[in-house]
Amino acid sequence: MGTYLLRRLAISVPVLLGITLAVYVIISLAPGDPVDALVNPEAVAALGADFREQQREALGLNQPIIVRYAIWLREVTHGNLGYSFVDRQPIAAKIGERLPPTLGLMSSALILAIVIAVPLGVLSAIKQYSLIDYSATVLGFAAISVPSFFLSLAGIYVLALKIPILPAAGMVTVGVPWSLSDALWHLALPAIVLGLAEAAPLIRYTRSSMLEVIHQDYVRAARAKGLRETTVIYQHALRNALSPLVTVIALGLPRLFGGAVIVEAVFAWPGIGTLALAAVQGRDYPVIMAINLISAVMILLSNMLADVIYAVVDPRIKYS
Amino acid sequence: MDTTVPLRRRPGVWQRFRRHRVALAGALILLVLTAGAVAAPLLAANDPYKVDISAYRSGPAANHPLGTDSSGRDVFSRMLYAGRVSLSVGLVAVAIYTLIGVILGAFSGFYGGWADAFIMRLADIVLAFPTLILIITIVAVLGPSIYNIMLVIGLLGWPPIARIVRALFLSLREREFVLASRTVGVSNARIIFRHLLPNALAPVIVAATFGMANAILLEAGLSFLGLGVQPPTPSWGNMLKDAQSLTVLESMPWLWIPPGTMIALAVLSINFIGDGLRDALDPRYQG
Repeated sequence: MGTYLLRRLAISVPVLLGITLAVYVIISLAPGDPVDALVNPEAVAALGADFREQQREALGLNQPIIVRYAIWLREVTHGNLGYSFVDRQPIAAKIGERLPPTLGLMSSALILAIVIAVPLGVLSAIKQYSLIDYSATVLGFAAISVPSFFLSLAGIYVLALKIPILPAAGMVTVGVPWSLSDALWHLALPAIVLGLAEAAPLIRYTRSSMLEVIHQDYVRAARAKGLRETTVIYQHALRNALSPLVTVIALGLPRLFGGAVIVEAVFAWPGIGTLALAAVQGRDYPVIMAINLISAVMILLSNMLADVIYAVVDPRIKYS
Repeated sequence: MDTTVPLRRRPGVWQRFRRHRVALAGALILLVLTAGAVAAPLLAANDPYKVDISAYRSGPAANHPLGTDSSGRDVFSRMLYAGRVSLSVGLVAVAIYTLIGVILGAFSGFYGGWADAFIMRLADIVLAFPTLILIITIVAVLGPSIYNIMLVIGLLGWPPIARIVRALFLSLREREFVLASRTVGVSNARIIFRHLLPNALAPVIVAATFGMANAILLEAGLSFLGLGVQPPTPSWGNMLKDAQSLTVLESMPWLWIPPGTMIALAVLSINFIGDGLRDALDPRYQG
């Protein structure tokens, strides 16, 4: 297991280098001169082209792109993600501030999705072709077809404006000391919207995985022993059906993250998604670069975590 | 007749599709939406681009069946014209990535070796990456426009298609009809395009159908965020942009409910068609 993870980590390094180099090259193609963003524009205008050239030299912009990338990489390994073009603040601090809200939103949506999808998927499988099976299928199709921003807007329209029981935006009530109930109250609507979209594929996978398992010999053996049906389903079948779900959830994380970006935008949720959108609108390239790096690292780490969990829940899995 | 050859090769595809009632309903809805988009100039009484400040954000009325937007433009007309934009962005984007996916997957599966390893690692990387972040990065560099959206979705969507085609080619290339073709001196290119590809078409069509639903959702999301199709060109996604203001959301539902419903209907109907095609084209699959 340990050596397997080390090898996975070793494979992840070239992947990360590839992704960051590609993004770095794309960003360096952007129109506009970073000098305009970093140096006082009045000074540039007053001191003319020579000064601009001097600044380009000083900022290292005249180096070949591969050298600039190497310098960026060296700084990243020392924990320096650079500085924002817009407010000159260190990016590492910005990301550190924005990461917890996004992770909180994503994990609560994921928990919600699992809580919805696993029972529904199991019921669909044990009562195949029943009304509940068809309803779960239709619900699944609806959840992947309604755009999350439209569902968010509809949720705000109904639950925050027409029947005002939930807040329309933000993560906490401004001016009130932080409390868990207030935070959960703000979290409810965005987490439900994101969780519903994530639940749809999970329902389908739980159903098909469960259908496969309940026809296995060991399930028949459990029944033959005279165990109660609930014990057979929930202790013998479900445990085996759930382990492939870990992989499905891990593979779905990039999609969940994409969904979080859009939901954050609608709910003004102060996470990585809104940071990325603000950076794109402000053409704040160093921030965009850092967010690409952080998302790639997050996804690679969570895929490795999924491998570990997979081995823990299913002792048949051996990595070598 | 010669034109019935593809049908004769897979007997009963249409019959099986027709029995799938939900898929048939999906096809019908999509047909209506497409007809609305194609016939937009005939159906829309008002010019979708005509700004009328005096009729700013007015509610539904006889001359504006779905009211007007923040620039006094007719919402109903814009919704029909937006269908043209949103449906064609989806279609073009999926056409681009299906083409890339088929070519890379066929190459990978047929030749194998280091090229296969390289293409598949590339596919893994693209699949593991949160595409939305990469897309908004590229859009930030290229600038948002309808063509850039088509291009970006098209360039990043190919891995699932490539994987499907590769897996099929890996098993197909070992079959006897390939050996038979080789012995009579058929070129590799001809084996790939004339003998192998037609056998791999069914799953590609299914994947491309689901892909089109996703591409429409993605375009809508990006246009909603202001990173996709730019006003005044209407798209279903950018028509909902104004609803980010709570006043519009609460008091002007005609501005955002109709285009949002159109996205949901289009995506739902295409997903239903995809489901029906999967059952019809692959009789082994029992969903």
